[in-house]
Amino acid sequence: MIRSELIQKIADENPHLTQRHVERIVNTVFEEIIEALAKGDRVELRGFGAFSVKARDARVGRNPRTGEAVEVEDKKVPFFKTGKLLRDRLNGK
Amino acid sequence: MSEKTLTRMDLSEAVFREVGLSRNESAQLVESVLQHLSDVLASGETVKISSFGTFSVRDKSARVGRNPKTGDEVPISPRRVLTFRPSHLMKDRVAAGAKR
Repeated sequence: MIRSELIQKIADENPHLTQRHVERIVNTVFEEIIEALAKGDRVELRGFGAFSVKARDARVGRNPRTGEAVEVEDKKVPFFKTGKLLRDRLNGK
Repeated sequence: MSEKTLTRMDLSEAVFREVGLSRNESAQLVESVLQHLSDVLASGETVKISSFGTFSVRDKSARVGRNPKTGDEVPISPRRVLTFRPSHLMKDRVAAGAKR
C-alpha cells in the first residue's frame, strides 16, 4: 500500500470529506511524527508502535569501493519499535 | 533539549488545528489511519509512505535462543517481524533537527 491508496481508503469511508481534506489529514499525521522526531521527541502510538530517535556515536568508517578510512560524525537516527498488539497480529494471535 | 512523548492525542490535536474538523472526528480519523496501516501490515503487505518511510514484514526462521540469566537453551519459533526503514527526508530532518 502506498500513501495515495491509504488516502483513498479513508476517503471511501468518509464520503462527507473531500479528497483534499483527507489528503491534508493523512499528511498532517505523518508530518507531525517527523516534526516531533526532528525535535528529539518520541511518538508513542499504543498498539501500533513507537517512533524515537537514537544517537549513533562517531566512528571510523570505510569507503567500500576504495577501502579508504573516513570519519563518520555522531548522528541522530529515527527508530521504530513495533507495538505489542501489532506484533501479535503479525503472528496471527 | 527537553524530551517529550507525543501520543494519539497530539496527532489528533494537529489534525484538529490543521483541518478544522471537530476534535472528536479528528481523533477518529487518526485512529482510522493507524487501523488501516495495521490491517495492511497484518496481512503481510508492505506499506510505503513517500517522504516518510517504508514498513515491511519479514519472516524470521526458527532458532535456538538462550535465557541470558540461566544460560538455558530455549527454542524460538519462526515468527514475522515488522521493520521500518525511514525515508531520506526523515533521516535528514532528524539528523539536522537534533543538531544545534
